Amino acid sequence: MDLELLIDALVAGLLLGGFYGALSLGLAIAFGLLDVPHIAHPAFALLGAYGAVLMQGWFGLDPVLSGLILALPFYALGVAVYSFYHTTFERRGTDAGLRGLAFFFGVAFVAEVILILLFGIDQRGVRAPYIGRALVLGEFRLPWRMLVASGVALAIAGAMALWLSRTYVGRAVQAVAQDATALSLLGADPVRVKRIGFGIATASVALSGALLVVVGPVEPGLARIYIGKVFAIVVLAGLGSVGGTVLAALLLGVIESVMLSSPVASWTPAVAFGLLLAVLGLRPQGLFGR
Amino acid sequence: MTAVLEVTGVVKRFGGFTALSEVSISVGAGERLGIIGPNGSGKTTLMNVIAGRIRPDAGGVRFEGRDIGALPAWRRARIGIARSFQIPLPFGSMSVLDNLRVPLEQGGEADPPGRAAALLEDFGLFPRAAARAGDLSQVELRKLELARAVAGNPRLLISDEAMAGLSGSEIDEVLELLLRLNARGIAVVMIEHMMRAIMRFSGRVVCIEAGRIIAEGPPDAVVADPGVRRAYLGA
Amino acid sequence: MRSWVRFAAGGLVVLLLAALAARWLANDYLFFAAFVVLQFVVLATAWNILGGYGGYVNFGTGAFVATGAYAAVALQKLADLPLPLLVLAGTAAGAVLGSALGLLTLRLRGIYFAIATLAITIILETVVLNWDYVGGARGITLDRPHEDPFFGTYNRMLVVLMAGMAVVAVGIARWVGVSAFGRALSAIRDSEDAAEACGVPTLRRKVQAATLSGAMMGAAGAPLPLYLSFVDHTAAFGLNYAVSAMAMPMIGGTGHWIGPVIGAVLLGTAQQAVTVTISSEVNVLITGLLLIGFVVAAPRGILGWLGR
Repeated sequence: MDLELLIDALVAGLLLGGFYGALSLGLAIAFGLLDVPHIAHPAFALLGAYGAVLMQGWFGLDPVLSGLILALPFYALGVAVYSFYHTTFERRGTDAGLRGLAFFFGVAFVAEVILILLFGIDQRGVRAPYIGRALVLGEFRLPWRMLVASGVALAIAGAMALWLSRTYVGRAVQAVAQDATALSLLGADPVRVKRIGFGIATASVALSGALLVVVGPVEPGLARIYIGKVFAIVVLAGLGSVGGTVLAALLLGVIESVMLSSPVASWTPAVAFGLLLAVLGLRPQGLFGR
Repeated sequence: MTAVLEVTGVVKRFGGFTALSEVSISVGAGERLGIIGPNGSGKTTLMNVIAGRIRPDAGGVRFEGRDIGALPAWRRARIGIARSFQIPLPFGSMSVLDNLRVPLEQGGEADPPGRAAALLEDFGLFPRAAARAGDLSQVELRKLELARAVAGNPRLLISDEAMAGLSGSEIDEVLELLLRLNARGIAVVMIEHMMRAIMRFSGRVVCIEAGRIIAEGPPDAVVADPGVRRAYLGA
Repeated sequence: MRSWVRFAAGGLVVLLLAALAARWLANDYLFFAAFVVLQFVVLATAWNILGGYGGYVNFGTGAFVATGAYAAVALQKLADLPLPLLVLAGTAAGAVLGSALGLLTLRLRGIYFAIATLAITIILETVVLNWDYVGGARGITLDRPHEDPFFGTYNRMLVVLMAGMAVVAVGIARWVGVSAFGRALSAIRDSEDAAEACGVPTLRRKVQAATLSGAMMGAAGAPLPLYLSFVDHTAAFGLNYAVSAMAMPMIGGTGHWIGPVIGAVLLGTAQQAVTVTISSEVNVLITGLLLIGFVVAAPRGILGWLGR
């Protein structure tokens, strides 16, 4: 592969990785910090993407703006889902893990089928001024849709990092991962903290879901592909660190992008999952783990 | 007195936190050893090191003269190290009887159901044999936990706060059980906050604070030790 | 002992009925439905050995079915082996996959094993897509007999074979349920720490359960390409396998060998009826909703209602 192509792939990979980071941050909180086996995370993102498609159809809204608006109802959705999960599974104890997993898997599956029934299996996309154009810098063509997606992604990551480190609830969310009893001794209700944390995580998913449809057209089966990517990133990052999550996402983006422009491009879908298996087998505490 | 268990120079760190630094302890065959210390002092970590649930960063563990440092927890259970857990961990979906069949079958017992029934009789749980273990009361759970621990005929029993959450008369019941088990020749290491139980039970007491042994000796002497009083009362 | 005699007699009756039906019943669609339902009896039973007894969720039933199916395809094309050897190859391939995945991730928490099974599904699907020898993305048509000397058609013989596999699978699950091995698995599900403290070599037992479960799934996958006489990645890796093999034990009840059988027969039959009369999307939607409903509201499944 010649150098120019490689640099091209690297740049494209960094942009793609930024977008992956946005998609993974919600899971880094929900699974990494709150310990909820949220298999349905990418399915929620896909709901956000289709939400953006609908909002454009109805009101002609820009997808990113739709994502911001959808963040509110998604926050409520997250709070509701966690409350339900807590009362139904977390509190009951014995084999809650098994049934909690089955529950989220069922939710993801049902979401996919409902999308199929509503929208059909064809791809759906959105229009925006930045979709279909590219920023030309000398030799390089950088698609605006990727620039917007990774820009918004960085904004999400920054906001998330600030929230976790600077606000009371954010710090409580980090503490709940380590020691729920200590937290309750300090007078914070761990369940309430987790509810808010899950709500914020889900709100971020609305926005990153909107980015999903900015990056490319979506179809109902897409969530399944993304399960591997987001879990690979979150596990690789070492559960729950924002910086680690972004780094791991960039890494995966670059690997996939370089592979796509190589002779073994048809193996790309297996990369994220292979990486995930390798990390689980060799270094389950993640590359940047605590 | 021959030692059934010898722990030498055990160090365990979690990240930057040193949970155990150079802890050495030995337990004689058939001894009753009480272990006290404030919360987070490293008692349970030490027991986890002995039982094989946690690998120490340094130091050795010998059981009946044999180096068991490399053995996984299940092997240590099979060669005679039994434990009960701080928070009872019953096999909640199984019957009380089947809870006891698990260690008996692993130990190669000839007649697990028969032996399990005899054990339940012994521990006063026979009327509950068919109940789901998850439905037991707190004191029944503690008894089941002890019955399951000694099902494999151990020479050492680690009892990790087996009296937490029990009422006065229930504490006496469990204490009585532990004394009876000890009378059959099982060395018992009892971790406990309940000083009354420690004083009545132990032949020797060890006090751990911040990952170190700060006092060791007869119960009266250890309780009178100024360092121990400071650790407990913060004075 | 007497209960085993009764079980063996029941199994024989099932097989005999299948054989008689294959010999004399006319409706071919019924046979297809029977093949699917019986395959699900095997898959749900296999899933339940690791999932129900051991508490480790497998999302990758499709990967195991496909492994068995493509092992059969490759060997049939390579050496034209007889059917029993193809089934054996599928079984072995499923067992290898199960133990490999188990060794890799069963030392970790359950969710990692679950995600690993999702991962292996996508990885193996990519392998098949890139493997031209077994048809790649286009799929492959199998050259196999159409007649069978005894049952008339080859497919009817395969239905009887699947009935035999179902009886064997249920027999294995029944044995596991009453054995020390099964009790060790249940102990692991309820508390891994306590199981270890009782002398249960937890990792070893889990890997054994994953191997056994994978072997049974691989076996159930092997006849699939022969039955369809064509196979591609969508047929072999179908998501419906993953959801149904999990939903069926959850619906029937995970604590007892009969639970997955009840779930597979009820849900499998309903799926066939809905697919024919309404649509396959509605079919999978119902499966998913039933899974959620039972997991949330009836954790012990239909058996729980019956008080077992």
